[in-house]
Amino acid sequence: MIQRFWNEIIVPNRDLLLAVGTGLVFVGLWELLPALGVADPFFVSSPSRIFKAGHWLFAHGFWYDVWVSLIEFTLGMILAIVFGVVTGFLIGWYRSLNAMFEPFITILNATPRIALLPLIILWLGIGMQSKVAAVFLGAFFPIAITVMKGVRNIDETLLRCAHSFGASDHQVILTLAAPSSVPFLVAGLHIGVGRGLVGMVIGELLAAQAGVGFMMSRSASLFQTDKVFVGLLLLAGFGYFLTVLLKFIEKRIENWRPL
Amino acid sequence: MLALQDLNFSVEAGKFVCIIGTSGCGKTTLLNVMAGLQPPTRGDVLLDGVPIRGPGLERAMVFQSAALMPWRTVLRNVTYGLEIQHHSVKDAVQMARTWIDLVGLNDFEQSYPRELSGGMQQRVNLARALATNPKLLLMDEPFASLDGQMREYMQGEIERIWRQTRQTTMFVTHLIDEAIFLADTIVVMTARPGRVKSVLSVDLPRPRTLDIKKTPAFHALEDHLRDLVAQEFKEMMRQPEGGVPA
Repeated sequence: MIQRFWNEIIVPNRDLLLAVGTGLVFVGLWELLPALGVADPFFVSSPSRIFKAGHWLFAHGFWYDVWVSLIEFTLGMILAIVFGVVTGFLIGWYRSLNAMFEPFITILNATPRIALLPLIILWLGIGMQSKVAAVFLGAFFPIAITVMKGVRNIDETLLRCAHSFGASDHQVILTLAAPSSVPFLVAGLHIGVGRGLVGMVIGELLAAQAGVGFMMSRSASLFQTDKVFVGLLLLAGFGYFLTVLLKFIEKRIENWRPL
Repeated sequence: MLALQDLNFSVEAGKFVCIIGTSGCGKTTLLNVMAGLQPPTRGDVLLDGVPIRGPGLERAMVFQSAALMPWRTVLRNVTYGLEIQHHSVKDAVQMARTWIDLVGLNDFEQSYPRELSGGMQQRVNLARALATNPKLLLMDEPFASLDGQMREYMQGEIERIWRQTRQTTMFVTHLIDEAIFLADTIVVMTARPGRVKSVLSVDLPRPRTLDIKKTPAFHALEDHLRDLVAQEFKEMMRQPEGGVPA
């Protein structure tokens, strides 16, 4: 009986059980150590305290902060995708545009984006616009650069094939360049989403009137560790959700990858 | 670098012509010129008396690597040439089905190229070219990446499909038995710069099966061709770069 349980339930799910088990032990210790007086809950908080703080926050208007952050992130990402794809396409396809703008993009991509934030806040103020811009700046470059690479990496024989059928430039772009850059776009999104999230949080920490990061920095300055952890967990969860979403999309475009 | 020089021969409509020569003799250059992908520095290729000035609807090319679009199904890969030539997708799909049947892939219409073997990918490649109903079909060593058995099997398939379509075909290869098995006419090219060394007609009866490779007539032709190609191979090896294309 025990043998059967072991073979049919434990063994096939070994990795999952190990992951969940480790997580549970971690949460348990986190709860236990402050309760035993080993760690100071003022600094490390504990799962139950975080839960209570979260409950309190959401009952007292935290929804608004979450909403603001979500809007900032979504708007910034949409702008980054639209402009990133267009820019990447133009620079990848036209040699002279590449010569003109590639240095700009490479230099800006190498600049730590955080260094641009003081300027952005100076220009756009401490409202949502500056955070949208911060997300955009984080996500735009990786997207533009990977799409550019995708357009440039069109399979040589596929190009010859299209030309042998007499395809025009415009047909080559639509039937060949666009689809073959899709896997690159998804790879760019992977990096872009992470960087966009960083841009949003740092912008909110630096200067804002609302948002998850804003709540965290305000709570930290009031020594309310529990609330800081609520924001942190929320951001971690959101980042994880986006990663899973992108992995799902990547699976769906399996067939798009070059042979 | 001079790839071809004084190259003169003609292809009769409805014939299967094989071009054979050592590596680097300009076989692929010749096909590229005929496809209109590369202009000749001098001279002309005439199709029905009209010089070829670029890629055109009346020619189609089967590439050495299958050159299939990984994001398109078999069906939509076959429709590709038709779509480029401004047929609606609906019409193209209908036309494509006939050719998918002919190459024996009707059960794989909705498969993606990565799910197919090398031989099947080459059938899609062939169906895509045939679907545009060209006056001249150009094939550039289409079996180069297949293993020996698959290669012989595909030779049989090409022979069958050719008998059904009587499609005028120019087939480039460096394999002597492949050329004899498939061709009505074989053009042997010299080492670089490629010229016509000799033109042979193959009078073996059709339909041909792989058994034909065991007959004395086949062997006689094979010996003769082997001598011709060997002479050119020696010539190629005497060239400074060892005949390897730069």
